Amino acid sequence: MYFRYLRRELAGRRKQSIIIAAGMALAVALVIIVNSVAAGMSNAQASVLESVYGVGTDITVSQTPAAPGEGDSGPGGQRFDFDAGAGTTTDGTTTVNQSRLEAARGTSTLDAAALTTVQGVDNVSAATGTLSLSNTTFNGELPDFSQIQANPGAGGGTPPQGGPDGSGGSAFDVDSFTVLGIDPSVTEVGPLSSLEVTDGRMLDTGDVGTDVVVLDSGYATTESIAVGDTLAVAGTDFQVVGIVTSTTTGSDSASNTYIPLDVAQSLSGLTDQVSSVYVQAASATTISQVQADIEKALPDTTVNTQADLASSVSGSLASASSLLSTLGFWLAVLVLGAAFLISALFTISNVTRRTREFGTLKAIGWSNGRIVKQVAGESTVQAAFGAVAGVVIALIGVVVINIIQPTLSATASTAATPSDGPMMGGPGGPMMGGAADAASNAVDLALQAPVSVVVILIAVGLALLGGIFAGTVGGWRAAKLRPAEALRSFA
Amino acid sequence: MYTLTNVSKTYEQKGRTVTALENVSLEIPDGQMVAIQGPTGGGKSTLLQMLGALDRPSTGTVQLGESELSTVSDAALTRIRATEIGFIFQGFNLIPTLTAVENVETALEPMRVSATERRARALQALENVGLAERAHHVPTEMSGGQQQRVAIARALVKEPTVLLADEPTGNLDEDTRDDIMQLIETQWKDRGLTVILVTHDTAVAHRAERRLHLTAGTVTELVNA
Repeated sequence: MYFRYLRRELAGRRKQSIIIAAGMALAVALVIIVNSVAAGMSNAQASVLESVYGVGTDITVSQTPAAPGEGDSGPGGQRFDFDAGAGTTTDGTTTVNQSRLEAARGTSTLDAAALTTVQGVDNVSAATGTLSLSNTTFNGELPDFSQIQANPGAGGGTPPQGGPDGSGGSAFDVDSFTVLGIDPSVTEVGPLSSLEVTDGRMLDTGDVGTDVVVLDSGYATTESIAVGDTLAVAGTDFQVVGIVTSTTTGSDSASNTYIPLDVAQSLSGLTDQVSSVYVQAASATTISQVQADIEKALPDTTVNTQADLASSVSGSLASASSLLSTLGFWLAVLVLGAAFLISALFTISNVTRRTREFGTLKAIGWSNGRIVKQVAGESTVQAAFGAVAGVVIALIGVVVINIIQPTLSATASTAATPSDGPMMGGPGGPMMGGAADAASNAVDLALQAPVSVVVILIAVGLALLGGIFAGTVGGWRAAKLRPAEALRSFA
Repeated sequence: MYTLTNVSKTYEQKGRTVTALENVSLEIPDGQMVAIQGPTGGGKSTLLQMLGALDRPSTGTVQLGESELSTVSDAALTRIRATEIGFIFQGFNLIPTLTAVENVETALEPMRVSATERRARALQALENVGLAERAHHVPTEMSGGQQQRVAIARALVKEPTVLLADEPTGNLDEDTRDDIMQLIETQWKDRGLTVILVTHDTAVAHRAERRLHLTAGTVTELVNA
C-alpha cells in the first residue's frame, strides 16, 4: 500500500515531481562537478609543486642567504683565470681550455651534517641532499701575448700577431650545463622520485665514488650524446650510463646531468656541502611538526612546506583555483540550498493542496506517523530520482571536461622562497649569469577532473537528506491538521 | 450506543465566541438510523464531528460504547476511528490517484492486515456495493454515484459499528440518490449498523428511523408524519 500509494502520487503529479527532481539533480551535479574540478585544480597545483620539489617531497631545507658583508664582491659572474703558461701556443696562437664546476648561480650551500640532523627529526620518513652545480667550459684561441713581453718597447708596442684570425684576434666558446649531485640510494624523495629512465639505467648505490653520469633526455638529444659515450665534467671524463626524463614538466629539481653526490662534492670542492635537503614526512598530519622541529634544529636554514609554496603558484591555474574555491563553492551551496527550499516549498504546497486527502485519511484512522511517513517517502523518492539524475549529469559533465581538457597555465615561482632554494634550470635551460635569478617554472597543464566516489555518496546523501527534510516538514504540517479542520466539507 | 451529556462546543471566530452546540444531551441506541436536519450553521457538522471522534466537546461528555471520546488520548481516538466508525462524505473524498479497490484498501491500512487479505476484503466490499467491475478504475473514470459507492465500500470494509454520513446524496441526482440510500439502508439492516446521516434533503431524512433537528446548537426530536 505504502509504495503503491507513493508511486501513484508521484506519477499523478509528474510535472511537480520532475521540477523537484530537476532541482535536486542540478544541485547534486553542481556539487560533484565543482568538487571534481576543484580536485583537478588541486592535483594540478600539486603537480606544479611536485615539478619544483619532486614527487613525495613534503619539505625542503635550504640555506638562508646572508646579506653581503662590507667588501664582499657578491656572487659575480663566471670567472676564468689563465696564467702566462696556460694553454698551448702554436704559430702565435694560444689554445686554452678550462672547465669549472661550481655551485649554481643563486644557490648557497649548507653543511651536509644538516641532512643527518634532519634524518634524526621525529616523523621524517626519508630525506636526501642534493648539490646543485654548474659546469662551465671555456674553450678558445687567443693571440700569443708573450710577443708583447718579448718586444716591450719596439716602436711604441707592436700588437701581437697570431690568434684565430692571424692578426691578434681571439675566438672562444663558453659552454655550460647543470650538474646535480644526488644520493643514488634515496629514490623515494627528491630528484630521483621524479625521473624515469628512457635508456640505460639510473644511478644506483654501486655508483657512489665513480665517474658515471646520467643525462636528461633533452640535453642528450641536443648534445647528441648516447649511453656509453663520455661527457667531460670539470675536466674529468664521465661515462654516460643512462638517459632519463622528468615525469613532471619543467622540473626545478631536474638537471642536465646527474652524478653521484660524493663525486660532485669532490669535483666542485664543496666537500660535505649540499644545496638542498628534500624531506618526506611520515604522514600529512606530521608535516607541520617536522617543519617546526627542523626549523628549531637548523635555525639558519629556510624550511618550506608544500603549503607554504602553494602561494607561489600563479597564472590561470591559481586564478581558476581561487575562483572555484570561492565562487564555485558558494554556487554549489546556493544551488543546494535552493534545491532544498524548492523541494520543501513544493512539498508544503502539495500538502496544502492535499489537505482534504489527509483529513480523510485521518478520519478513517490513519495515524500522524503514517501520514508523515507517506509524505516523507514521496519527497525522498523524488530527491533520490534527482540524485541519480544529478550523478549521471555530473559524470557526463566530468567526461566532457576530461575530453576538452581545458589548459591552465601555472607559474611556480621560487620568488616566494629564498633565492638559495632549489633554483636549477630545467633540462633545456642551462643557467648562466643572472639568468639564474629569474628561476621559475611556467607550465601548461591540461585540467583533469577526477571523480570521487565519496563525493558522489555525499552529494547523494545530501539530496536524500533534503528530501527527507522537506518531506518531514510537509508531513508534519499535514499530520498537525486536526481532522475536523482538514475536512472542510464537515465545517 | 452513543450517549451525549450536556455537550457544548464553542470556538473563537474573528475575535468573538461562537457557540456551535449548546447543552446537547442525546442517546442513540446501537443499530438505529438517525437523520440530522437543520439550517446551515445550525451545528449539524459540529455534532457529526463529536460523534465521529474528530473533535472534542468544550464541555460535556460523548460516550461511544465503553469509550469516553471527550477524554481519551488522540491515539485512542485514531484507533476508534480506524476500527469502529465509517465515514461517508458529500464530496466522496476519494484519493484521486488510487483506483477504486486501492481507495477501499486505505481503510484497512491502519488495521495491519496482510496485503492479500486487504485486497480480498476490498474487492468483496466493492462487490457488495455492486462495483466489482470498476475495481481498477480511478475516481475520474467513474460517475458520482459510482464514486459514492466506492466511498461506502471504504467506510464499510473495516466492518464498523457506526456509519456517519455527511450529506451522502448532496452531489447526486435523484435516481442516484435513491440508489445510494437504498444501498445504505441495505447495509444498515444487514449489518445492524448505527447510521447517522446529516442531510438537507427531507426525502432522505424521512427514510431514517429517527429525525433530529438542530438549530442554533440545540437539538429537537422530529416526529415522522
